[in-house]
Amino acid sequence: MSDVLGNIPPETSDSLAVLEKQRSTAETFGIPLAVLLEITHRCPLQCPYCSNPVELDRSGKELTTDEWKKVLGELAEIGVLQVHFSGGEPTARKDLVELVKHASDAGLYTNLITSAVLLTREKLSDLADAGLCHVQISFQGIEEGLADRVAGYRNAHRKKLEVAKWTREIDLPLTVNAVMHRQNLHQLPDIIQMALDLDADRLEVANVQYYGWALKNRAALMPTVAQLDECTRLVEEARERLKGRLTIDYVVPDYYALRPKKCMGGWGRQFFNISPAGKVLPCHAAESITGLAFESVRSNHSIAWIWQNSEAFNRYRGTGWMKEPCKSCEFREIDFGGCRCQAFALTGDAANTDPACALSPLHETIFKQAEREAEGETNRFLYRNFAGGTLEPENDA
Amino acid sequence: MAGPRNISVSEASRPVLPRHAKLKYDETRKVWVILAPERVLAPDEIAVEVLQLCNGERNVGVVADQLAAKYAAPREAILADVIVMLQDLADKGFLTEAREKTS
Repeated sequence: MSDVLGNIPPETSDSLAVLEKQRSTAETFGIPLAVLLEITHRCPLQCPYCSNPVELDRSGKELTTDEWKKVLGELAEIGVLQVHFSGGEPTARKDLVELVKHASDAGLYTNLITSAVLLTREKLSDLADAGLCHVQISFQGIEEGLADRVAGYRNAHRKKLEVAKWTREIDLPLTVNAVMHRQNLHQLPDIIQMALDLDADRLEVANVQYYGWALKNRAALMPTVAQLDECTRLVEEARERLKGRLTIDYVVPDYYALRPKKCMGGWGRQFFNISPAGKVLPCHAAESITGLAFESVRSNHSIAWIWQNSEAFNRYRGTGWMKEPCKSCEFREIDFGGCRCQAFALTGDAANTDPACALSPLHETIFKQAEREAEGETNRFLYRNFAGGTLEPENDA
Repeated sequence: MAGPRNISVSEASRPVLPRHAKLKYDETRKVWVILAPERVLAPDEIAVEVLQLCNGERNVGVVADQLAAKYAAPREAILADVIVMLQDLADKGFLTEAREKTS
């Protein structure tokens, strides 16, 4: 048949290649396919591993409805295909339905990344009518005791289960996002089952990445090597068993790895996000790198210009900025030296090799420290909030 | 529910992209894409043609008829390839099936 219709490849999976993967090796500066919009940092939850920066944007600094609409139009125009409405808690913004509608009308595929606790059935239904394509709900565990304690929010877990049910009832696809760490990894088998019971299409098993809030909470969150091995085994087993039924995306923690992760697919290569105040960032943690100035959508520059030309995006693009051992490393274009934010947080210089890499002179020290912390007794959280964090009462931990 | 899961594509199936998978022409990159949760798939031109015919009304046999006529090609070979392509999409979770109408 290939001689008839021309080019159906023998491996049909090739005819449905995932575009990101296909492009990631060759593509460098093309406009990203998907953009993360952190429309607010406000959130009723206080998860100790929050991916937002420790310095949160206050509501007064947030872009207005019209400013976000302008951003959405511009993103669609320059070739972005998907947007993720995230936060903070995106439903904390009263104009979310309006923004989703605007994005849909502009032809963008819209994802909602939510803690779900503020959603009503009516609001969810309004979002679906506005064109929302997909809902991702975070879960902190499998039962109220632990889950609500991690979230720092009473009845969060029960509410999430309810919203997940509504999501499927109104025929929206559901992703269960489970952030994993030492204190909940033992619940992973039940979390996989919960995703099935909730009729989710997709499960993200995301081990905590240790910068920002999570770095402050590392001693309470860091898993043991044995826990991680078991986690990986469970994910691989479930992937095989649930093929075609549940897609499982797996984010491994990099502390115990020998090679660093290709963070964000490489700095400024295929990802950017926009902060509540309108900063265009190479990664959601990038503002933790002091000394880098990030352009805003409120500036005179277009988003495309910022992506292509701004100093912050170009600083760690490619390999020219590298020092040894990255500079002469055969893997420098495979992992681009790992995560710049982690390199900065752990070494004080974002241009250093990410200590997750075994070639980093700091790898051994940090690995040992993580191992000690994982075996330690510290379970108290420093909860995330606008006040710079609040330590969990001792008898709750 | 969008439709049954784990669907097995056959000549009688009447497949359709589920609501959350959108086939779209990407004007910037000049390629067809399927947009799905956290995924962008790049179907080749044959896959695009097949998917444009899969509207939940036509069954796979009819789709193969139309392609065979259009390309003056052996129907059985086309049918086999169409089924393989659609099954692959179904296994990835991006295909559903119109339910039988009950009277």
